[in-house]
Amino acid sequence: MSTDGNRAPSISVRGIGKSYSGVSVLRGVDLDIAPGEVHGLVGENGAGKSTLLKILGGAIRADAGTIGFDGEQVSIASPRDAIAHGVSLISQEGALVPALSVLDNVFLAGWSHRGGLVRARRDKRRLAELVELTGFTVDPDARVDRLPIGVQQQVEILRSLARGARVIALDEPTAVLGEHEKENLLGLIRRLAAAGTTVILISHFLDEVLSVADRITVLRDGNLVRTGDAADTSPRDLVAQMVGREIDVLYPDPDPVPDGAPVVLSARNLRRGLVQGIDLEVRAGEILGIAGLVGSGRTETLRLLFGADKPADGVVEVDGVEIKRGAPRHAMAAGVAMVPESRKEQGLVMVRSVAENVALSSLPGRRVGPFVRKRAEGAAVGDISRTVDIRAANPAAAIETLSGGNQQKALFAKWLLRAPRVLLIDEPTRGVDVAAKTQIHHLITGLARDGMAVVCVSSEIEELLALSHRVLVLRHGRPVGEFPRGTTPETVISAAFGDQEVPT
Amino acid sequence: MSVDVSPQAVTKPPAAANVSSLAFRLRDYGIVAAFVVIVIALSVSTDTFLTSANLVNLLDQTAVLGLLAVGATVCIISGVFDLTASATLALSAIIGVQIVKVTNVYVGFAGAVAAGALLGFVTGMVVTRSGVNSFVGTLATSLVYRGLAVMVTGGAIVYPLATQAEDFGMLTWPSLFGLTSATIVFVVVVAAIGVIVARTTFGRRLYAVGGNAEAARLSGIRVGSIHVSAFVISGVCSALAGLILASRAGSAQSTMATGMELTAIAAAVVGGTSILGGEGAVWRGVVGALLLTLIGNGFNLLGWDTIYQQVLQGCLILFAVTMDRWLRKRTR
Repeated sequence: MSTDGNRAPSISVRGIGKSYSGVSVLRGVDLDIAPGEVHGLVGENGAGKSTLLKILGGAIRADAGTIGFDGEQVSIASPRDAIAHGVSLISQEGALVPALSVLDNVFLAGWSHRGGLVRARRDKRRLAELVELTGFTVDPDARVDRLPIGVQQQVEILRSLARGARVIALDEPTAVLGEHEKENLLGLIRRLAAAGTTVILISHFLDEVLSVADRITVLRDGNLVRTGDAADTSPRDLVAQMVGREIDVLYPDPDPVPDGAPVVLSARNLRRGLVQGIDLEVRAGEILGIAGLVGSGRTETLRLLFGADKPADGVVEVDGVEIKRGAPRHAMAAGVAMVPESRKEQGLVMVRSVAENVALSSLPGRRVGPFVRKRAEGAAVGDISRTVDIRAANPAAAIETLSGGNQQKALFAKWLLRAPRVLLIDEPTRGVDVAAKTQIHHLITGLARDGMAVVCVSSEIEELLALSHRVLVLRHGRPVGEFPRGTTPETVISAAFGDQEVPT
Repeated sequence: MSVDVSPQAVTKPPAAANVSSLAFRLRDYGIVAAFVVIVIALSVSTDTFLTSANLVNLLDQTAVLGLLAVGATVCIISGVFDLTASATLALSAIIGVQIVKVTNVYVGFAGAVAAGALLGFVTGMVVTRSGVNSFVGTLATSLVYRGLAVMVTGGAIVYPLATQAEDFGMLTWPSLFGLTSATIVFVVVVAAIGVIVARTTFGRRLYAVGGNAEAARLSGIRVGSIHVSAFVISGVCSALAGLILASRAGSAQSTMATGMELTAIAAAVVGGTSILGGEGAVWRGVVGALLLTLIGNGFNLLGWDTIYQQVLQGCLILFAVTMDRWLRKRTR
């Protein structure tokens, strides 16, 4: 468990690639990290930072490439392998057993024992030593699910140290911390590095990365853009590298919103949890983009508009008529539809057929008494499938057999079959190939042209700016700016990061 | 943006497609093949199996488990388990007998079915309102129902009046095609539920809720009321099964069919309904129940020692579920 005498390894990653159902999230990444270095990883949402860390931590396996420690090539096929090589991953989701004590979590699967009997007293002494080293204050007997999130994170760090980790990889550790806790953590990272531990840090807070890291790597769309010394880098450089210049997708331009187009969707003072008071108005034929970092309340705002969650306060109106709260069916009756963030978890019934999925939200429209009118349904599903170009061998095939792009198009078809007046779209092209992406972009601008009011959330800032008439930027659940068409990505990202040093 | 949808757009190596479609068919109809194999084996190895007397008897024996299996199948498709099935069976049969005593057999039978529906509704409300996992929620509710059955009967056997005894046995009477009335009830009810599940919008919602409850909710479906409806269907099936048992015995008691809810779930699963919800069919529950009953029947006809019967049933269930999992892995 001690780091003495064990020099931290140098890490050398070569040609790491990873793709999910044909969509690359990491492409040929080469990276070298020196022993005892603090290495910052930055990039937009979906740039591949977390994927890279998960590969190093053994949580997922790379499709291509090699990983070396101290010049020796190693195979990391599971978290167990990673731990054996001294790599410890502290992910965003956390990996604690909620109902167990701090003590049991710190020494999870590494308890001191004699003949199979756990020696809790010995573990308590070990824990006390670690606590002294880190300066944390934790009660070893407290259940971790009753602890604040910041302390839970400390428990994870203690566990990494207890396992004798020589490389600690932290994914967005400060996102959940208050100012004071954040300072403590950054202080600890410096001390660990000084003692010889290698630290890899992902963070959206550029100042923080610049202040603590020795070197910084920028990722964009799964490609490594640049690795450089933190000392020669400014936040402005980082933003420019994160956003990039080249556009690999040709976006369609939305038609201008007709003068005097009526407001269709409006919301006032929406609140719940993360969302701390959102006002917005969308006119017929208008596409409103919502930008912000993960955790800024973008998705939560869309869900409140659709009634997927019940707002604590606030009003949503369609055509000036207030929508009853608490269930999506009320919003649907008013002509609202939502393409949710995760098609697998929230959008589609993966084991059912394409036709059943597409028809699911408009069942009452096609029935005789209680019976489904199969022929009418088949015709309607066929029509809408042609409109959005779903390529399925057979509409009776389970939807999970389709590619991500076709699944996403089926999800659009499902809602368009209802002919909604308002379409809320969360991540229109996540995990979708380039061809389907372009089709979906054309579909969205086409719907607006036909008079639909569209609200779109996307982590891909280029996409959002290209499609939207206006972009609303959220930070910590509040609007921090609204930008017209033609705004640069840098401006929007700066607003989302709340980074005052970057000139607009 | 191409608007051309040709089926050929989906490219798949033909060999792989053949293998996977074969696996699909095995997964879909493997259970039917197993059933047919056993039927043929029994027909060849015994003189008695393929006699009309035995077949009538076999279907009559399947009716109770079959009804429970269909109720279990509907619940499992929608993503819940109903462990109250056998307790509901006993309680509604007892209520039926009590009503028979003060009115007549027909009213009593109708009352039993109504009681089954009501108990199913209560189970459903308990599970959906409390938000407790259905396995635990229905386990607890089943204890309550059994306890109520003991309270109503005082732990004794309840009989209809002596003058009603003959009519009370009506479900054992021969009916159409020489089948027993119990078999007819079973076939009619199962066919009706089969149509509801396969052809109605309610059936569509049932599969959607079981396949992905959140996606169903975000599609405007009331997940809670779909689950309650599934429990009501299961309750009605239980009550009918209870009436068949009571009609045969000429009485009802609080310990009727103890443990049979688990056999019913086993039958549903053996038939090929996914324990994860969202997949399956009513006819599969029937085939599963027939298969389990067939094993008992075969043991009798072949004169095998029934000591081994449970072991074989257990192995069959394991085999069916393992095959299902294996084929699923292959096809994904």
